[in-house]
Amino acid sequence: MNADRPTGSRERLGAAMSRRSALILALSSTSALAQGFGGLGANAPGFKFPQPGTPLVFPKDHGAHPDFRTEWWYVTANLKGTDGASYGVQWTLFRFALEPNSARAGWTDRNVWMAHAAATDAGEHLFAQKFARGGIGLAGVEAAPFRAYIDDWLLETRDDSSGAGIERLRVSAGNGNFAYALDLTATGPIVLQGEGGYSRKSDAGQASYYYSEPFFMTEGSVSIHGRETQVSGRAWMDREWSSQALAADQQGWDWFALHLDGGVKLMLYRMRSVKAAPFFFGNWIDADGATSPLMRDDIAIAPLENMHIADRDTPVRWRVQIKSRGVDVETRPLNPRSWMATEPAYWEGPIFFSGSHKGEGYLEMTGY
Amino acid sequence: MTLLAGLAIATALWSGVQALNAQARNSYDAATAAISGGGGRMLLAARGGLFEQDLFVKLRRAGVEVSPVLEGASRIGDKNIRIVGVEPVSLPRRSPIAHMRKRADILDDFLTGEGRAFASPQTLRRLDLAEGAQPQTERGRRLPPLTALAEAPPGAIVVDIGVAQRLLDRPGKLSRLILADDAALDEARLKRVAGDALRLVAADDDSELARLTDSFHLNLTAFGFLAFLVGLFIVHAAYGLAFEQRLPTLRTLRALGVAAPNLVAAMACEIAAFTFVAGGAGLIGGYAIAQALLPNVARSLESLYGAQISESLTLDARWGLSGLVMAGAGAVLAAASGFAKTMRLPPLSVARPIAWRAAHHRYLRRQAAFATIALVAAICAYDFGKGLASGFAVIGFSLLAAALFLPVALAGFLALSENLAHRPLARWFFADGRQEISGLSLALMALLVALAANIGVGGMVEGFRQTFTRWLDARLVAEVYFEAATPADARDIEAWARGQPDISAILPVWRAKTRIDGWPIEIVGMTAHETYSAHFPLIEATPDVWTALHAQDAVLVSEQLARRLGVGLGSALDIPTSRRDWRARVVGIFPDYGNPKGQLRVDHEELKRYFDDASGVHYGLRVSPDATARFIDNMQRRFDGAIARILDQSELKSMSTEIFERTFAVTAALNTLTLIVSGVALFASLLTLSDMRQARIAPVWALGATRRELAALEMIRVVAFAAGAAILATPLGLFMTWCLVAIVNVAAFGWRLPFQMFPTQWLMVFLIALCAAILAALIPVARLARAAPTELLKVFSNER
Repeated sequence: MNADRPTGSRERLGAAMSRRSALILALSSTSALAQGFGGLGANAPGFKFPQPGTPLVFPKDHGAHPDFRTEWWYVTANLKGTDGASYGVQWTLFRFALEPNSARAGWTDRNVWMAHAAATDAGEHLFAQKFARGGIGLAGVEAAPFRAYIDDWLLETRDDSSGAGIERLRVSAGNGNFAYALDLTATGPIVLQGEGGYSRKSDAGQASYYYSEPFFMTEGSVSIHGRETQVSGRAWMDREWSSQALAADQQGWDWFALHLDGGVKLMLYRMRSVKAAPFFFGNWIDADGATSPLMRDDIAIAPLENMHIADRDTPVRWRVQIKSRGVDVETRPLNPRSWMATEPAYWEGPIFFSGSHKGEGYLEMTGY
Repeated sequence: MTLLAGLAIATALWSGVQALNAQARNSYDAATAAISGGGGRMLLAARGGLFEQDLFVKLRRAGVEVSPVLEGASRIGDKNIRIVGVEPVSLPRRSPIAHMRKRADILDDFLTGEGRAFASPQTLRRLDLAEGAQPQTERGRRLPPLTALAEAPPGAIVVDIGVAQRLLDRPGKLSRLILADDAALDEARLKRVAGDALRLVAADDDSELARLTDSFHLNLTAFGFLAFLVGLFIVHAAYGLAFEQRLPTLRTLRALGVAAPNLVAAMACEIAAFTFVAGGAGLIGGYAIAQALLPNVARSLESLYGAQISESLTLDARWGLSGLVMAGAGAVLAAASGFAKTMRLPPLSVARPIAWRAAHHRYLRRQAAFATIALVAAICAYDFGKGLASGFAVIGFSLLAAALFLPVALAGFLALSENLAHRPLARWFFADGRQEISGLSLALMALLVALAANIGVGGMVEGFRQTFTRWLDARLVAEVYFEAATPADARDIEAWARGQPDISAILPVWRAKTRIDGWPIEIVGMTAHETYSAHFPLIEATPDVWTALHAQDAVLVSEQLARRLGVGLGSALDIPTSRRDWRARVVGIFPDYGNPKGQLRVDHEELKRYFDDASGVHYGLRVSPDATARFIDNMQRRFDGAIARILDQSELKSMSTEIFERTFAVTAALNTLTLIVSGVALFASLLTLSDMRQARIAPVWALGATRRELAALEMIRVVAFAAGAAILATPLGLFMTWCLVAIVNVAAFGWRLPFQMFPTQWLMVFLIALCAAILAALIPVARLARAAPTELLKVFSNER
């Protein structure tokens, strides 16, 4: 395995890193990024580290790993309403251990949980965030039956589910302005990223455990400003945990999770560095779940058009190419103003693409 | 000059008191706002006290954004502190404490390791502790390292919610929930999620402290206002005199063609300037007064209500403005009659000094009329209601009526004496005295009011002191009182105490909290013992009170609570408990002086049965008196950390008495200031008059009376006037005592004290009045005695 074949975990770990800082950020209004994420960039003695060759065990690994410093549960969905309109939904739960041996009784528990949720249509992008301390039943994740929760936001096994996996889930979130409740039904296998779920980040040995379920079919309802619509579509779930983070020269990233018509899933990202040329990584997932990592020089991702959003220039249209697979598409957002004014703030929303291939997906852009 | 001084003094007293009140109120608000931020809403236990953390989790899991807080009292060494547990991750952004989140390193420290304990620099100084120190509480729990945080509320130590539960020994308990600004919660939803356990209040309503201390502040305000009124008398007197002096000038100006409105405008400008100068000086004086009294007020409020008042005086522009407005209003009020006269002044009328007699009669009639009006107003106020405001109105109007009536009474007395006198000098003395009344009357009125207030308040305070002391003796019968660190410690100590030969009884005094009609109530358990049945003071009770209390569903109700709830012997009372409402019969009413909360006394076993959260740590012990000291020593050695506090009877009594003394120290200080102000008024009036007096005295001197003789007569007159005021002040003061005892105290605190009289106090006040008069008259009279004959002769050359 070499550093050219990571699987996209890097940007997600980067996301975690920034979201660990997000804890401090969200709790503050000044940038704690400058303060080095409370030392998360450095090694974290006392925490466990991912080891190659460790098999992921389900359903156990659907649950929380308090021996590791950080992890997350991430669901995005591209939806079509009975009204003919397109919608997108995001549900994200993060766990941050403030110090090793984080799972303790009551208020002495050292985990802080953070969640972001959003619902998007062509005219609106509504979002909310939540924070909760662990240990007292406000937030947590149980492996079997699978249940992830923070306050009244849930990602959990449906009542009609017989198995102890994540094949049949229900996801719900909202605040006063928006709400959604979707049933997720997996139509394909869980995909282990990297080397059987061990995902390297660098030659220095940084890594994470990472798997995905990109094959969810979904249906349910989305309500925006009190207007409820029945929807159906496709959803993608990511799971990752680790104790390490990336180099400090990281500036931001552009991450794509694409559902190609025909059942192929494509995950790609571009990592921007203040010092070096951007890194590209990707993973081609066939309709049966077979994965093929994409080489660095096989990928070309470039912005085509910027828009002034939330007081900064943010790319809204992209050209994405995978030379070996003959992919050359242009993406456009459902709603260019899919700005998550959470802390940290970032852009995340549903996109469409056309060109050599057609389809839909989710785009996340940070560091603009 | 007198005008300026009067206005400045009046403003100083008023704004000083206002500053004290504002300071205290700001501190209460700060205490609440420092945690929850200004405004907003919060959830409290429906019947007061603490509630289960599960309710918090339930609400959050139902999507209601709330942040938990646990507050409790604790001690470090001999200093009281408030432990405030917060949860920084969910704290609304509006909370000043949430500022700590701006410092990632601080937040990390707060939530990891042993955590941090935030205290304001002022609190650290008060505790005499440096940053990083880890003192122990009285429960023997070690605090996380102390860290200075300017936003921490005064007198509080802010720790993580989990740490607070440990420090206060309240695992799984919370005292309130702060709602996020946009939290969607109404009564119906609250009921669905949490049942009847919690109640939703606006954060501003929460300040129980503000509510409890209201009457304390109203008292201060009333005395401040009284002082202001006395000051106004001076201003009015001074302005009246000044106006009389410049009347000829005004006439000349009018005759020269200056329009009356222009004159008034010019005078108004002058008053405005006075207001500014005197008001400014008054504000400085007020600041000084507040600064001097603040430590005392702060300690009173702390010992009475557990309120922490910041002792560094901070004042805002609003305070300064209100002081100036008061000064301006006072000045305008004082000058109004002058303005009116100027407007009506006929330009061509000549000076008519001979007509003073007619004017004097008019003046007396007017005084009498106003006095009657004030008296009627006082009677109306009494009839109108029994509230605090009406109590003060009765006092205010009767003081006013008496003050206005004073010149009439004096004039009558002088007229009578004049008729009875035969010697020419004596006749002149009385006649001249009558003429002088109008000039001195305002100063005399001020003196009367101040004397009456002294007698009134002095009588009330002394009466209260005696009643309080007797009551303490009856109430504090057990020889030793202790508070165990935890209920488990209490059980250990109890078990040990049972085997001690010196102990004749162990009296648990467990406490619980509830709330009836929104009023916080303390419920205290009592065991069946002679300590209570033979000593516990009761105002009224059923004949079988003690057997009923322990055998049936029965309660004793504190006087103030009975009054507030409108219950009497035999009434049924529904008491919210941890289980259900408990219906109990009132079998006795007991005095509970000094307690701002309502109190119920119930049987110890019933308390345990109905209140899961009864404190279980407070005890009284009957120990043979000569063994007390040794016993306490023994107990402390044996249990040490398990005892949060232990006191013998005399310590507890002296503590209570000290609290009492402090409470009235401020009242006494204001009273003394008022008396000083009235002395100044008298002095100022005499000084002004003495210049005018020469014109009257010169003819008498010319007729052969010696200067020494005349000076003696002047002195006798002033002393007689003061004596007259003091004599009138005595019944007035007694009436004021009665009003304070029977109306104001009942409304403010809920207890009624027996009305007592203290003749030695009256004598003191009488002597003080005479001394004040002699002191005030000394300089003008000495001046007269030494006046050069040429000075007196000049009067004839200057004959107007």
